[in-house]
Amino acid sequence: MTIESEAGTRQERVVMDAGDIARALTRIAHEVLERNKGTKDLALVGIRTGGVHLAHRLVRRIHEIEGTQIPIGELDITLYRDDLSLRKDQPILRKTSVPFKISDLKVVLVDDVLFTGRTIRAAMDGLIDLGRPAEIQLAVLVDRGHRQLPIKANYIGKNIPTSRDEAIHVSLEENGEEDRVVILKA
Amino acid sequence: MGLKRKDLLSLTLLSADDINLILDTADSFKEVSGREIKKVPALRGKTVVNLFFEPSTRTRTSFELAAKRLSADVINFSPSSSSVVKGETLLDTARNIEAMQADIIVLRHSSAGAAETLARGVKSSVINAGDGWHEHPTQALLDLYTIRGRGMDFAGLRVAIVGDVAHSRVARSNIYALTKLGAEVRVVGPPTMIPLHIDRLGVKVYYNLDEALRGVHVIMMLRLQLERQGRALFPTIREYAQQYGLTNERVKLAEPGAIVMHPGPINRGIEIAPDVADSLSSVILDQVANGVAVRMGILYLMSGTGA
Repeated sequence: MTIESEAGTRQERVVMDAGDIARALTRIAHEVLERNKGTKDLALVGIRTGGVHLAHRLVRRIHEIEGTQIPIGELDITLYRDDLSLRKDQPILRKTSVPFKISDLKVVLVDDVLFTGRTIRAAMDGLIDLGRPAEIQLAVLVDRGHRQLPIKANYIGKNIPTSRDEAIHVSLEENGEEDRVVILKA
Repeated sequence: MGLKRKDLLSLTLLSADDINLILDTADSFKEVSGREIKKVPALRGKTVVNLFFEPSTRTRTSFELAAKRLSADVINFSPSSSSVVKGETLLDTARNIEAMQADIIVLRHSSAGAAETLARGVKSSVINAGDGWHEHPTQALLDLYTIRGRGMDFAGLRVAIVGDVAHSRVARSNIYALTKLGAEVRVVGPPTMIPLHIDRLGVKVYYNLDEALRGVHVIMMLRLQLERQGRALFPTIREYAQQYGLTNERVKLAEPGAIVMHPGPINRGIEIAPDVADSLSSVILDQVANGVAVRMGILYLMSGTGA
């Protein structure tokens, strides 16, 4: 289909629908539990804004599977971005809320799209400023490639090869939209 | 996004949205200030110069701490140890500082308008940390943040500003900001301390403290500037304390749960009774703590590369 956007007319292709997203998250929840041998010393931290809702969904799925509630936090990485000194206007800050001690925990960072890796680098710095986790793991719904840093996800919903001029948009029910992942092509 | 302005000189120049953006940004920095490691790399590589031509401990320390918590390099520059005593002008001094690649200059000066003069002459961002009797924007912003932190909405809020309004830059900045956000502002003090026509700023003028306090949610005390005693603004300090000093009895005239504020340093027993200053309704120390978070927010928002 074709949609109008600020960038003019763009081609939109749905690559994951609501069912695909649900199944991917269920699988990731199982993989997290398998890799960590249960929920002991495990915590999830969603990266604002895209990863927060996904982290909450994963925590709910882990609770359904294992019957335990694991701690969940929300991390704003703005202050750790590597382009702050280059920007004309500083980006809007949102609050970090990690209401538990992360030291010695295995923390799974959750984000919607893994792209250049710069966001994850910033998130790791932000997390380490809050304590010394025993381990940091990474779960993403989509890996679209084009890494600029040596960063790799432990859990991936779907690998979606993209070109640089394409954009990936993840829309979620929690934001009043339909669950789906689309590729926008200029 | 952001403030879209090079300088922070006066609250008359900020919109309600700008003010709310600063307060929202301060929220994030309040969280940072509560961490074990109270430092983020947001201003790494930036240089902040505190250029203070008037003595100040509180504001200068607050700005210094804010800049350091953002990982900026901080230079404290005061005229007693500078070339100003040798006759260098404000602009010459600032240009020399700018030549050292200062990104942000925080200026405190005894002359109204000094910050604006400086801002016109340098490319660095300029933050007004108090210029004469004109304005003290960051103090007013931290006052607003403290009020908001108590769960109070500005729309319909009743605030009494008590004391030497005529000589208070804090009062002026607060009046501009509070009226912009929809609060009802009352000013009260002896007629010698209330400027003529101040009602044109949208405030109500009172000369009787008890009347002014009825029904207010916020009591903002101003420091009695004892160094101005010789100006014959009131007969004696004792009389001033009786007429305009805040006591527990007077606090009871305000709304239940009203808060007492003071920009500091306080003159205990003159404008505010010690038991009021130390009471549960006093948020004076909250103001100091919030000052760092608000100034971190301002430094962050002002630290873009500009136009």
